[in-house]
Amino acid sequence: MEFETVIGLEVHAELSTQSKIYCTCSTAFGASENTHICPVCTGMPGVLPALNKSVVEYCVKAGLALNCKINQYSRQDRKHYFYPDLPKAFQTSQYDLPLCYDGYLDIDVPEGDPLDGKAQKSTYRKRFGITRIHIEEDAGKLLHGAGSTRIDYNRCGVPLIEIVTEPDFRTAGEVHAFLTMLRSILIYAGVSNCRMEEGSMRCDVNLSLRPGPDAPFGTRTETKNIASMSATVRAIEYERKRQKKVLEKGGVITQDTMRWDDERGLNYAMRSKEDAHDYFYFPEPDIMPIEVDDEWLGRIKASLPELPNARRERYMADYGLPAYDAGFLTGERALAEYFDDAVAAGAPPKSASNWLMSDFARLTNEHSLTWDALPLSPEDLAKCIALVESGKISRTSGSKILDAVFSGDTRTPDELVAALGLAQVSDEGAIRAMCEEVVANNPKPVADFKAGKEKALTSLVGQVMKASKGKANPALVNKLLRELLA
Amino acid sequence: MNKKELLSLTAAGCAAALAAGTVTSVELTQTYLDAIEERDGEIGAYLTVAKELALSSAAASDGRRAAGKPLSALDGVPYAMKDNVCTQGVRTTCASRMLENFVPPYSATIYQKLNAAGCVMLGKVNMDEFAMGSSTETSYFKKTRNPVNTARVPGGSSGGSAAAVAAQLAAFAIGTDTGGSIRQPASFCGVVGMKPTYGRVSRFGVVAFASSLDQVGPLTRTVEDSALVLNILAGQDPLDASSLPHAVPDYAKSARPASLAGLKIGLPEEYFGPGIEESTRKAVLHTAELLKAQGAVVERCSLPLADYALPTYYIISSAEACSNLGRYDGIKYGHRTKEARTLDEIVTRSRSEGFGDEVKRRILLGTFTLSSGYYDAYYKKAQQARTLIMQDYAKAFEQFDCLLTPVSPCTAWEFGRMSDDPLEMYAADICTVSVNVAGLCALSLPCGADEQGLPIGAQLIGRPLAEETLYRVGAALEAARKEA
Amino acid sequence: MKITKEQVEHVASLAKLSLSEEEIERLRTQMGGMIAFADEINTLNVASVRPTTHAIAQKNVFREDGCAPSYDRAVMLENAPMQDGECVVVPRVVE
Repeated sequence: MEFETVIGLEVHAELSTQSKIYCTCSTAFGASENTHICPVCTGMPGVLPALNKSVVEYCVKAGLALNCKINQYSRQDRKHYFYPDLPKAFQTSQYDLPLCYDGYLDIDVPEGDPLDGKAQKSTYRKRFGITRIHIEEDAGKLLHGAGSTRIDYNRCGVPLIEIVTEPDFRTAGEVHAFLTMLRSILIYAGVSNCRMEEGSMRCDVNLSLRPGPDAPFGTRTETKNIASMSATVRAIEYERKRQKKVLEKGGVITQDTMRWDDERGLNYAMRSKEDAHDYFYFPEPDIMPIEVDDEWLGRIKASLPELPNARRERYMADYGLPAYDAGFLTGERALAEYFDDAVAAGAPPKSASNWLMSDFARLTNEHSLTWDALPLSPEDLAKCIALVESGKISRTSGSKILDAVFSGDTRTPDELVAALGLAQVSDEGAIRAMCEEVVANNPKPVADFKAGKEKALTSLVGQVMKASKGKANPALVNKLLRELLA
Repeated sequence: MNKKELLSLTAAGCAAALAAGTVTSVELTQTYLDAIEERDGEIGAYLTVAKELALSSAAASDGRRAAGKPLSALDGVPYAMKDNVCTQGVRTTCASRMLENFVPPYSATIYQKLNAAGCVMLGKVNMDEFAMGSSTETSYFKKTRNPVNTARVPGGSSGGSAAAVAAQLAAFAIGTDTGGSIRQPASFCGVVGMKPTYGRVSRFGVVAFASSLDQVGPLTRTVEDSALVLNILAGQDPLDASSLPHAVPDYAKSARPASLAGLKIGLPEEYFGPGIEESTRKAVLHTAELLKAQGAVVERCSLPLADYALPTYYIISSAEACSNLGRYDGIKYGHRTKEARTLDEIVTRSRSEGFGDEVKRRILLGTFTLSSGYYDAYYKKAQQARTLIMQDYAKAFEQFDCLLTPVSPCTAWEFGRMSDDPLEMYAADICTVSVNVAGLCALSLPCGADEQGLPIGAQLIGRPLAEETLYRVGAALEAARKEA
Repeated sequence: MKITKEQVEHVASLAKLSLSEEEIERLRTQMGGMIAFADEINTLNVASVRPTTHAIAQKNVFREDGCAPSYDRAVMLENAPMQDGECVVVPRVVE
């Protein structure tokens, strides 16, 4: 039997605030257990929440970046359930008035298996609906031991946004492409660092099967605990096949919450907190309503950087860059901003793109550097490109300058040209003398060239370059040799 | 001054004596501690006496006086704190088995403010468990007796606070009021109780019963004392988003007897109906006459939605309570059952053992009204009724500066009388709950006694942030009663 | 409204309370009375009335993002019935 897979996502992203959502404890990752806690985030009797303004702004920013409408009147609600990672026995979240709703993302989805490692694929464009985005607090972490469970409250109160999508996905590839773009946008917008390995971006997958596109939705399961992009793809494939098997045997799918075990490559139904589905939502009396008026909304809008999609289009339209280049450059905000700055400093866009895709990609990898921590300023990159393109140094020498700077040399490109003796000789008299000497000492290639063997010239150019210790301007050498042999 | 004279001083009187140097804070505090030791066995106001802490605070206060640098008018004045206010290092039980051994690692904003004003906390006083009750009988630990007649309840939930003030076991006390819990015990014990406007005093560190209704306020012997204490308590707190940003006036200035000429006071007829005891009605109507004599215009008026306030109050307060009390699960703090192997057993048994009957009743009612299928019929409807009740009051305040009603339909009852029928107990809150529902301020003042000599209280209700008006009327009334 | 034994048991299980048979019976009667009392509110016409969620109309009360030192761990764990110096401890939770 053939089925259509229907997938909707709930993505939780940790916001990049310094402090927690309702108290001044740090959100920093990796602290020892229960060292980032206080009475507020551990729900001691008597405490009250003090809402972090940045949490609201980041959520609205994310909403704007994802083409959402903004609820200008919004509020928080309490969602109740008993679980030892939730010290107040309710999660402060949003129910019927989320900050953002009704958005979408247009994605160029690559065809085929997202995990096969092939770089350039044909794509199709598809729009994925975003139902809502709301703010809420994270819960604590349970550390399971042999006979007991230990509770670490450090994560309690870390601010999250939950992004709920429409059930618009049909393949794991679509989910992968969406998450990749979503991650890029949230990082661009400065809303979240989206480090899945630190749990700062998590994805729950709602999946069901149906006989065909016109059939009503089947019963869905929710798969939790998915900790990486590739795990998302594996978890989807696993659950799709599991449901298919059940349906083919004539069984029924029960609306379970599954937990994905990526190491073992399988999922299993969770018992525990999903037992009682009555969350008793009601408006949080301790937090005042949130009103995002036009003025505030305008300020948040203005603080939003140009997003990857728009940037990509601009690079193609204004600079004539190929789609591949534009995609590479906009993959990360820091890289795109570096590129923009280099172009602003006078670098021809395609040259800047080439340098970034070749030398920079290699050097950042070798030196384990991120794009926001490059040792060379964009102005100096523009300078290097100008040095090469004006013929002052060779392209190879350009790479030598980069090698030096990435290895810690703090001198300017000009200083390095001088110090490393990279300047090309463009003095026509001196080069002509060298050429004459090479022509005189190499009768065989000279004869070959005159007999019409064009290739013989390469050997002669090589001789002149060698005599100049690589500093002669190759274009000039070429030109003078041809004159002498004419 | 001898002990008896010292104990009979009002808070303002203590302040004057301390300022004049006729007594030290250590002497005053020791006198109160001795009185507690001698007489609190009978009254049962205190759950925890913080003897050493009180004496060292008093000594520090005396040091400041000697240096000529008192922190406030009430620096060195001893008081009692209701046991649902978190006091770092001092056990805070909410009169519940659940928190029998809970010692908070932090302090409520109001405790910090009282400390910053130099006030000396004598100890923590009894209350209904988690402030749920009207007689202090739901306390897990003990009965508190009404100092006026020890066969009677002191009212509740701030029964310990009212009894401590009435029995001269503290110069003043702090209480909390969710549906009348300051005003009604003040009325039963014959003292002054102020329920400030919702948001006037920070709730941070005050163990929540019903978050949108709870408010902190003083129980005192006089109107002036009430104003002096509210001066310390009031003000915006960055830790409480519901606290109001409005500037805090000097309330003591309004708490001086003056003519009431130009003031219009309303008597809502719904609060003088057949459910009100005759002696209470007479005493409150007599109060109206006294106010007229001071120059006020007093007229009858109507609050047509008064009957709906009680169900509205019980739905909202129980729903919020069931949410606020979910955190008591035997895991992080509080009572943990000894009879459990699994986590679920720990949570369920700890809660079942740790909470008393009244708390369980409210949690169940709250859970029921919030559960799916019932939310719209109860909780949402109550919030809509809340809007109408607020409009009802707003309309009355277009005509009147404040309203005069009884605090309670009856005077202090005998122990055990109400414990079988929770509804009868709830009905006793008929005159007070609408004030919390609408977020208003209200002052409870002694206005007479019934045939058995039990105190009767009059309630003055003001619009939001009209505490000064209430103090002005209260002070005039107090003076008029003294003369009479 | 008449409250059944099953309703009391259901609500009690949602609220994590275990009740004896005698408690259930008493609470069944009392809750019935309380809910009948709460039902008075349903005689009020509230169509198109905006619900009030906060006693005083305020909005946009925020704290600026910024950290302050957290509490000492030992102090924070002091009230826990069972802890190991680093964490609060409970019987093993099955997820």
